[in-house]
Amino acid sequence: MAMQEGSIVVKVCMGTGGIAAGGAAVVSAFREEFESAGVRASVEKNCSVHNVGCRGFCARDVLVDVIVGGEKTTYEYIKSDMVPRIVEEHILQGRPIEEWVVKEDYHTFHEKQVKVVLSDCGEVDPEDIESYVGRGGYSALEKVLATMTPEETIGLIKDSGLRGRGGAGFPAGLKWEFARKAAGEPKYLICNADEGDPGAFMDRSIIEGNPHSVIEGMVIGAYAIGARKGYVYIRAEYPLAVERLQIALDQARRRRVLGDDIGGRGFDFDIRIKLGAGAFVCGEETALIASIEGNRGMPRAKPPFPAQKGLWGKPTVINNVETLANVPYIVRNGAGWFAQFGTEKSKGTKVFALTGKVKNSGLIEVPLGISLREIIYDIGGGIEGGRRLKAVQTGGPSGGCITNEMIDIAVDYESLAKAGSIVGSGGMVVMDETDCMVNIAKYFLEFTQAESCGKCVPCRIGTKRLLEILQRITDGRGRPGDVELLEKLSNDVRSASLCGLGQTAPNPVLSTLRYFRNEYEAHIHEKRCPAGVCKNLLTYSILEEFCKGCTMCARVCPAGAIVGEKKKPHKIIEEICVKCGACFEICKFKAVKKG
Amino acid sequence: MVSITIDGRRVKVREGATILQASRENDIYIPTLCDDPRLEPYGGCRLCLVQIKGMARPVTACTTPVSEGMIVETTNDEIEDLRRTIVELLLSDHPNDCMVCEKAGDCTLQELAYFYNIRKNRFYGERRQYAERDGNPFIERDMEKCILCGKCVRVCSEVQGVSAIEIAYRGFSAKVCPPFEKDLDCEFCGQCVSVCPTGALMGKLSMGKGRQKDIEKVESVCPYCGCGCNITLHVARNEVIRVSSRPDSLNEGWLCVKGRFGFKFNSSPDRLKHPLIKRNGRFEEASWDEALDYVAQRLGEIKDRYGADAIAGLSSARCTNEENYLFQKFMRAAVGTNNVDHCARY
Amino acid sequence: MQETLEKILQTYHESEGNVISLLQEIEESFGYLPEDAINWFSEQLDIPPSRFYGIATFYAQFHLKPRGENIITACCGTACHVKGAEKLINSLMRELQIPSGEDTSEDRKFTVEKVNCVGACSIAPVVIINKEVHGKMTADRLMKEIRKIK
Repeated sequence: MAMQEGSIVVKVCMGTGGIAAGGAAVVSAFREEFESAGVRASVEKNCSVHNVGCRGFCARDVLVDVIVGGEKTTYEYIKSDMVPRIVEEHILQGRPIEEWVVKEDYHTFHEKQVKVVLSDCGEVDPEDIESYVGRGGYSALEKVLATMTPEETIGLIKDSGLRGRGGAGFPAGLKWEFARKAAGEPKYLICNADEGDPGAFMDRSIIEGNPHSVIEGMVIGAYAIGARKGYVYIRAEYPLAVERLQIALDQARRRRVLGDDIGGRGFDFDIRIKLGAGAFVCGEETALIASIEGNRGMPRAKPPFPAQKGLWGKPTVINNVETLANVPYIVRNGAGWFAQFGTEKSKGTKVFALTGKVKNSGLIEVPLGISLREIIYDIGGGIEGGRRLKAVQTGGPSGGCITNEMIDIAVDYESLAKAGSIVGSGGMVVMDETDCMVNIAKYFLEFTQAESCGKCVPCRIGTKRLLEILQRITDGRGRPGDVELLEKLSNDVRSASLCGLGQTAPNPVLSTLRYFRNEYEAHIHEKRCPAGVCKNLLTYSILEEFCKGCTMCARVCPAGAIVGEKKKPHKIIEEICVKCGACFEICKFKAVKKG
Repeated sequence: MVSITIDGRRVKVREGATILQASRENDIYIPTLCDDPRLEPYGGCRLCLVQIKGMARPVTACTTPVSEGMIVETTNDEIEDLRRTIVELLLSDHPNDCMVCEKAGDCTLQELAYFYNIRKNRFYGERRQYAERDGNPFIERDMEKCILCGKCVRVCSEVQGVSAIEIAYRGFSAKVCPPFEKDLDCEFCGQCVSVCPTGALMGKLSMGKGRQKDIEKVESVCPYCGCGCNITLHVARNEVIRVSSRPDSLNEGWLCVKGRFGFKFNSSPDRLKHPLIKRNGRFEEASWDEALDYVAQRLGEIKDRYGADAIAGLSSARCTNEENYLFQKFMRAAVGTNNVDHCARY
Repeated sequence: MQETLEKILQTYHESEGNVISLLQEIEESFGYLPEDAINWFSEQLDIPPSRFYGIATFYAQFHLKPRGENIITACCGTACHVKGAEKLINSLMRELQIPSGEDTSEDRKFTVEKVNCVGACSIAPVVIINKEVHGKMTADRLMKEIRKIK
């Protein structure tokens, strides 16, 4: 099903975002049109509809590319009932429908991006290996098997400067070398697709959009370290990714780029899928291994490192999805090509999930070292509603925040670490002045606390106590000394915890304390939430001069706390009010005051 | 052997040893709650954190193997600060009812609280509350006192091979329990009780029988079988209230249900304390001289009348090897028969 | 039930003896992990039931009690949180009259569960109704969807 020149090709975004927006209906609408209306006959061209993976801009889904004679037009917000008009006017009459075509921001969103890992996402049909092969897929594997020794392969990855994209940023080539040199057989290669950081979804998108790039990366990695068996440990919460990966594995085996005697060159390697069962801590290497072995996902102390003693006590390399998906492109284009992107110590590109209060949210791939300003304002299109940027949270629950004042910071491993945050898996949540930093810290702590495995004391009880302190601060029960206690306990939990989860769990607290200490103090000493978020510190009242007595607020109030006669100013009874904010949102006259 | 420096002391230790083992062998104290030299290292309590020169963060002594030239600091202000935080955190989720706790005086957590002089706890908040009590006959399980050191779970699986309990749930809700949180149903060997550092696991038979300070410890040998496990009788007011075993004994401190919990017979009013001779269909108390004379006389009579093979002797596994040896010797040499057997037939 | 168990036992051997895969199969077949099933496998495979229980309670995916006919999953990832996931959950609990502290309605028609980020952040807030992903959810739209299946 290679996409031929001169044909009419329709590509419909069918990632999780695309499907949620009705992508499947759009696809079948196109199919129906092409078949029943005799479109094929009238244009005398081969018409085909392809499902493609996420291209990052899910907020505009369903995104549809219509390619006529090599000319690509991209439509946004497409629903199935819009399809007949597209077929009629664009395909049959050659007049693209201007009002549905993506606007300027769709292009600016993509302009500053540099796509390596995502270069084929949104282009290839993830359920068709030929579509990947047609774009050069598996040529890297062929090149490695035919012309390179395992040591040369490791050398190439080392030269490229590729670092682990899952969080810690450990040099990938070095990890491979450790495992290659470690004694013990058999060796294992595990692809960590247990993407658990809330707000990060690049691994899901890569597997949904181009699963073969991950498989190819794995086979190359296995060849380099000498592994015969690999696993993809993937979250069960990603059913579409699992399904596409399974299809891709089957196709790869049939095409003999996976399995026994790969490419007829005597190298055996096979991959199994292991479904995660819902535990964030299993993203940690040793916990992931425990889970694949069929145990509670509890981490253990390192050393020994997995590269020495991993799965079933054998040398094991665990690489993140994005790391592995980079590999084929590095092999194809060379280490130097890859290293031209990025900075001295942070080479290549990184995929970030840009979300929060930014206009264009979605998945982006940028060269490391790009400034945060470019990401937020050029790619992201600035802050929603014209509000002021307050901070950008990077690295999810293990990360920290970058303030508005630091907006020109280079986004790479070193610079972010210096600012008290991390690149992490690539979550990037943009916050404006209506976001409360104490509440954000509490949110992340809630997450890590619930995900603590409970093995070690500082994480099990320490994160609980941290959360409780944050809870009382946001509830207005904070006490003098709480900020200092929070800081002390955060540092102790960070130093004393067993694994990465506990060691990084306090980061959101420490980082917000570093830059937004005054917000904490306002909550504690003035019983005030400067951002107007923390419920207990808020009161809602109705401004008489604006209230028209439309009764909307009284009707929407779940507590019956609003009284007043029709066409006369209403009143909120504070004792009954549950501070849900429903009145604030529904009032058309801005008569409800929050503060 | 590798040379390392612990707290400024150059010492030689065997390769593969952990920092904790090396320190213990050289009488350097490192506090622990989850370590037991007889079990696999766990690294959960984090009390044994030590600083190694050149490493960014402290590591647990129990899991980190020594390496040539390693420079270890087992105590400094930062380390002690971390340990103090850990103890305070544990106490913030603990009933702290030492006044009525059976374990008081023999509790590692209590000792640590004393050592770190924790009068006021900086931390407070939700405490785990478990209302239900385990109805099994031997082991009192008070999971509110559990610090999740995992020793009971490890001993049950690694030593006893039973795995009657496991850590269930996770995070703050983690809890050691039998499957489906039912009453404990196992061999009741009580190894778990013996390794528990707090009052979470206690022998039910000992509850309320006396404080640790009132106990006199008497070394003895278990009378139940020929294994001859070393036991320590805990005696209060002339009554055995508990049996333990020292880890440095030949049985490494491990006992079975009988050895650990079968001590009630010792103070049972039904227990035979004098020989009884049946006269006129009724047992009557007799002196040992009287009883032995009577047995010797009757054995002699039977042997004379029916021959030695009319007599058979049955001995007991509860006797020592020496006693059993003597018994068969007596049967063969003194009585003159090979009719001798034994309930466990060694 | 017996037949299903036997079938699962087969797959267990195929999946290299992975206890978690086994539990996933049981959960998939029954919608939860029945105690009898666990005990049966424990006996068949000579694996202590305590181990099954420890694993079953560790991973969020497993349930020890039967769940509702309809499963509504609210994503509580960062993006969804920022965009009001909590409000959606509260309105759901009210609408379905699920008592606080529970996740299933008394008539066992609905189970509402929170889930960590499902990775569909750009269409937050996300609610999954019986495996179907709904993005950019509002309380109104959610109530309409619920009433359709109620």
